[in-house]
Amino acid sequence: MFEYAPAPESRSVVDLKSSYGLFIDGKFVDPADGGSFKSINPASEEVLAEIAEGGAQDVDRAVRAAREAYEKVWGPMPGRDRAKYLFRIARIIQERSRELAVLESLDNGKPIKESRDVDLPLVAAHFFYYAGWADKLEHAGFSRRPTSQHSGPNPQPLGVAAQVIPWNFPLLMLSWKIAPALAAGNTVVLKPAETTPLTALLFAEICQQADLPPGVVNIVTGAGETGRALVEHDGVDKVAFTGSTDVGRAIARAVAGSRKKLTLELGGKAANIVFDDAPVDQAVEGIVNGIFFNQGHVCCAGSRLLIQESVADRVLESLKRRMAQLRIGDPLDKNTDIGAINSAAQLARIKELSDAGSAEGAERWSPPCELPERGFWFAPTIFTGVTQAHRIAREEIFGPVLSVLTFRTPAEAVEKANNTPYGLSAGIWTEKGSRILWMADRLRAGVVWANTFNKFDPTSPFGGYKESGYGREGGRHGLEAYLNV
Amino acid sequence: MSERVAVRKTYKLFVGGKFPRSESGRSYLVQDSNVSLASRKDARDAVLAARAAVKGWAGATAYNRGQILYRVAEMLEGRREQFVALGVPADEVDAATDRWVWYAGWSDKLPQVYGGSNPVAGPYFNLSAPEPTGVVAVVAPETPALLGLVSVIAPAIVTGNTVVVAASPTAPLAAVTLAEVLATSDVPGGVVNILTGRLSETVPTLAAHMDVNAIDLTGVTDPELAADLEVRAAENLKRVLRPVPVDHDWLADPGLGRMTALLETKTVWHPKGV
Repeated sequence: MFEYAPAPESRSVVDLKSSYGLFIDGKFVDPADGGSFKSINPASEEVLAEIAEGGAQDVDRAVRAAREAYEKVWGPMPGRDRAKYLFRIARIIQERSRELAVLESLDNGKPIKESRDVDLPLVAAHFFYYAGWADKLEHAGFSRRPTSQHSGPNPQPLGVAAQVIPWNFPLLMLSWKIAPALAAGNTVVLKPAETTPLTALLFAEICQQADLPPGVVNIVTGAGETGRALVEHDGVDKVAFTGSTDVGRAIARAVAGSRKKLTLELGGKAANIVFDDAPVDQAVEGIVNGIFFNQGHVCCAGSRLLIQESVADRVLESLKRRMAQLRIGDPLDKNTDIGAINSAAQLARIKELSDAGSAEGAERWSPPCELPERGFWFAPTIFTGVTQAHRIAREEIFGPVLSVLTFRTPAEAVEKANNTPYGLSAGIWTEKGSRILWMADRLRAGVVWANTFNKFDPTSPFGGYKESGYGREGGRHGLEAYLNV
Repeated sequence: MSERVAVRKTYKLFVGGKFPRSESGRSYLVQDSNVSLASRKDARDAVLAARAAVKGWAGATAYNRGQILYRVAEMLEGRREQFVALGVPADEVDAATDRWVWYAGWSDKLPQVYGGSNPVAGPYFNLSAPEPTGVVAVVAPETPALLGLVSVIAPAIVTGNTVVVAASPTAPLAAVTLAEVLATSDVPGGVVNILTGRLSETVPTLAAHMDVNAIDLTGVTDPELAADLEVRAAENLKRVLRPVPVDHDWLADPGLGRMTALLETKTVWHPKGV
């Protein structure tokens, strides 16, 4: 590999405070019981800031603030005015994008080239897209459902939305949650993940800068208990969650029998299927992007590679050569391809599952690479000789670990691809158009990428089949989660 | 001359296109008839039949499914008096027939209304289309016996789902008779399966079944039972349609919600280039 001189992005653009309170009713406030936790930089284990831990009382306060704002300000506000606030937010995000990108990389561990070129542009685009819907909801194509408990013109917002988001795309997941909710006329209480709260708190400052009315957006930081208090609160009308399937199941049980509308975006174990006629170099780029993008901390990651047997050796040889070129290290370095694993706990899970892969008889390979001494790191890894029964072929690893299987016929590829309780995404690599469409029809997954992978857009609905959850985010479909339809 | 002795009908389950008795050999007396009392095993058998029918039904063309649903309306129209004799008001039979016609027309229109191309910011073809979620368990409303039943079955199957229906326990005769309509309407066996008996026996099994993709709790009137079923459904993250109030107006325009709640949206991307 070429030696590159270090090219670190400057941290000076970020003005970190030593501690952050909860953002409730337009102000940063101390939590009722004064608890706090630390958010660290996973690349160095350096403490970035002290974060308030929201308890049940704080959640209650936030939900009340959101209710009041919904009833008095945001609900009655004309859509065109809601739109203008969202456009303002989109613009401020664009203006402060470098600051947000650096902070995201610091708190999350993802390479700056991804936070800068993928996360932040998508965040701004998401607010921009949904801003435009705020005054056009009656044209969104939803008819009245006669069982609706709400009355008045159609369609109507739900009220207060409780939103719990993961640590893999902290600000992007915030935008997927907040933008459609606000456009539809709801107010929100959002809980960021405990390991990545910082960009959400900077977003709270952006809400202040945009003069968003107090209480429309509330950010309550904390861990699992804070999230539980939020989704179980009687005052919320809607729960939206992105995270693991196990937690999603628990949330589905918790809202059972209530009025709360629920959407869940959960885990995945996507098949990325390479046929013998696929251009190898393009497919390899897609495989690498599919599993090593964001350190594999991606719910729709292409974590099961299915290669047609006749080309398996050629594809694997090329894949290994490409993997040897990946640069692992400082997330703020502009040349870095793979950053830090987000937390010690996640690193332990990746190690545990990878060890299970070896123990169950799969063959493990990683390119030679030096990992930094401090922080949480895991070398990009592939397993060959994987069977469908192996844990690494069934369980979501959520790390830079790829399980490789082979197939002979398209029917076998479909069979293997669908042999999972998940159904979030899938990839197909072939030059034959009719085969793409034949496969796309049969893959039980919410997003199918053909001759590409891991592409996202605010206009494009995203979400899973089966145990990958329900509901869609993005596009016209994404509004449905926040309307009484 | 003596008066002719009538030939009575045996009311049985409808599973996989056939009319079996309950495997448990039980029946219960309701509406002056012995009606099959379905067991948990019958519920599981019905799910197997429904799953086996998914591939063919979901894979049929929308045009074909629309024609078959329209055929159901034709058959129902012809048996109008039979339902009236069971105590179903004539105008309810007419409304139920019209509902089949209404849903029949949706088969090849909903994908256009509910899907379409997405203008992504890049050189990609991007299309979202609805697909059936799979096997749907349905708790039919207690009343109206026929219109309520049709109003929950038709929107589930028009898009390609297959259903296992727990019929109204107090008015099951209309359900079994509707099964006879379905059996003579080119609806493939297993697309609609109807269980009669106690909800408390069959529905918890359906709610917990790992090969059921969605559950429609429309006919569940006990809030505690509804919550319990929703908890069971969470195990494999079934899509859940919650109960409707007992005073629900079944004659009103149903909207799209019953169809769209049982659909998945699949989005396909492909690069554009030369």
